[in-house]
Parts: sequence; structure tokens; C-alpha cells
Amino acid sequence: MHEVSLIQTLIDMIVQSAKENDIIKVAKVQLVVGECHGALPEALEFAFEILTEGTICAGAELVIEKSALLLKCQECAQEFRPEGYLYRCPACGAAYASLVKGRELYVDYYEGE
Amino acid sequence: MKVVVGRDLLHANAGRAGENRALFNKNKVATINLISSPGSGKTTLLEKTAELLRGKLKLGVVVGDLYTVRDAERIERAGVTAVQINTDGLCHLTADMVARALQEMPLSHLDLLFIENVGNLVCPAAFDLGEHVKVALLSVAEGVDKPAKYPGIFREAVAAVISKVDLLPYTDFDLPACLAEIHQINCDQQVFVTSARSGQGMDQWCGWLGKLARKSGWKQYKG
Repeated sequence: MHEVSLIQTLIDMIVQSAKENDIIKVAKVQLVVGECHGALPEALEFAFEILTEGTICAGAELVIEKSALLLKCQECAQEFRPEGYLYRCPACGAAYASLVKGRELYVDYYEGE
Repeated sequence: MKVVVGRDLLHANAGRAGENRALFNKNKVATINLISSPGSGKTTLLEKTAELLRGKLKLGVVVGDLYTVRDAERIERAGVTAVQINTDGLCHLTADMVARALQEMPLSHLDLLFIENVGNLVCPAAFDLGEHVKVALLSVAEGVDKPAKYPGIFREAVAAVISKVDLLPYTDFDLPACLAEIHQINCDQQVFVTSARSGQGMDQWCGWLGKLARKSGWKQYKG
């Protein structure tokens, strides 16, 4: 969802940071994408390939680290990975969980010279 | 050379949403982001809410649509200040758009502000506008599958409104099944079963709004 505008934001962020760090060519970008975001890696990669043309990120490798969804049951404190769309605790059956991991959407680091 | 960034791609929207929220908190305006599919009845719900709360709570509405000012005009005819945002194609409101609209909204005079989002059950769930709560709307004419197909928004919303229940006799909508499914997805969610046309359920909905708006009831959420 909105992969193009997310990648444009990513490129703008890296171009600005590269300027501040005297980097003229980016070789690799590591992006962390939480499972609950619904941002598709294939669409992100496609958008990256197209939008980086003519920028210092052209030809750079985009590595997407997926952050799996991890929930914590608010009834029994069990941490679990949900199956399907229901966030039901496998230990006590409660449908009342908070998110521990899986909502991230950030640029971790990039490499260049 | 490796440069660690650690920056959220949605940071710009999140930042602006935080500023909007600070403005709502400062003016003590309970703010609701109303989200549904196109045609579920958001504007009609707000027209009827405006009529029932007249003289009790001061309402304002920011309306988002791709095009036209029709919804804002309807709300203004219901006697409530409305500011229309046209996204010109974007499928959801952003915090920036709302911030610009707020410049025309007399927040210090309001008890309750609705942000009627663009008709869309997917993208609005991910874009914080600065609201205190999200409310999901689902009409009887849409069938019972929406919560299971779009669990994200039903999980995010503190309340859900089922609209157009006057149409129940003419549809196959299984209300108990829908309520059970919503409860499975979000057992904390308040659900209001309503018809703006007949008035059914509207007193309970307005009662909840009153609790939210008075005595800073919104603070228990994101105040």
C-alpha cells in the first residue's frame, strides 16, 4: 500500500543524509518492514528500481528485513505470533493483545562512498 | 561507509499528527477519525448526530473526499461548521491536509470534532491524523464480511457503528454473526447498531459522544 510514496520518502531521506555525510554513491539500503504494515516487498523493490533512476541510489541493492508480528496477550502476558486475522492468544484464548513487534517501517542503514 | 539512519518512513505524517493532537488537547476538543467504505453513511450519520446534539454539544466537521464539496455543504445545512478537503485523487487524508483545514476551524468554540475520512477501509487505518479515537462504520447493505476482510481498521477503532439497520428486513445481513465477528477481532470495541433514518440506536451513539467530549473523556485515549 502506497509503496511508491514510501520509497520516494526513503530516497529523499537517504539523499539528504548522503549530502550531510559526503557520500556520492549509495550501494545498499536496509529497510525494515513490519508484517502488519501490508507494504509488499515486491512492490517496494519495483518502486525502488524505478524511482532511484538518475539519483545517487541508482543501482543500489535494497534489502528488506521483514519484522514478524509479535503480540502480547493482555490477559495472561503470553507472547505469540498470530495466525490469520484473529489476534487470539493460544494460551488462554483471549482476543485482547498488544503489539510488541511488527509495526516498524524504517530505514535502518545505508552503505555508500 | 555505513550510515545508520533509524528513521520511520511515516515520520513526517506522525510529526504533523502530533501537532494536530496537541492543538485538540489545548482546545479540549474530542476528535474522532470516522472511517468506512464509500457509501456506508458517514455524512448521513453526522447530519443526524448534528440534529440530535444541537444545543448540547458544539460540533465541527472536517470532510475528506477526492472531489466535490457536496458533503461539507450537507453538513453546513445541518447547522455545523464544516471544512472540505479535496485530495484530488489521494485515497486517504494525511495529517498535513487536516492541519491546513484546522486553520479554518474555530477549535476553541468546539466540544467535538469529526474528521470524515475518504471512503476507504484500508489506507486511513495507517495514517494518524492527530485524532483521539478512530471509529469504523459499516452499513447493513455491505454484508457481514467487512470486519474479517479488513481487520486492521476494526482493531484500531475504539468504536464501530453499524448503519442503515432499517434495511435489515431487505437484506441477508446476519447481525448477531457480524457482532460476534467484531468481538473476536476487538473484544474491547463499543458497537452501536443504528439507523440515521429511523433514529434507532442514535441515543446510545450520542450518549457515548457526550461522554467522550465532556470532562475530557477523550484523555483516556490519546489525550
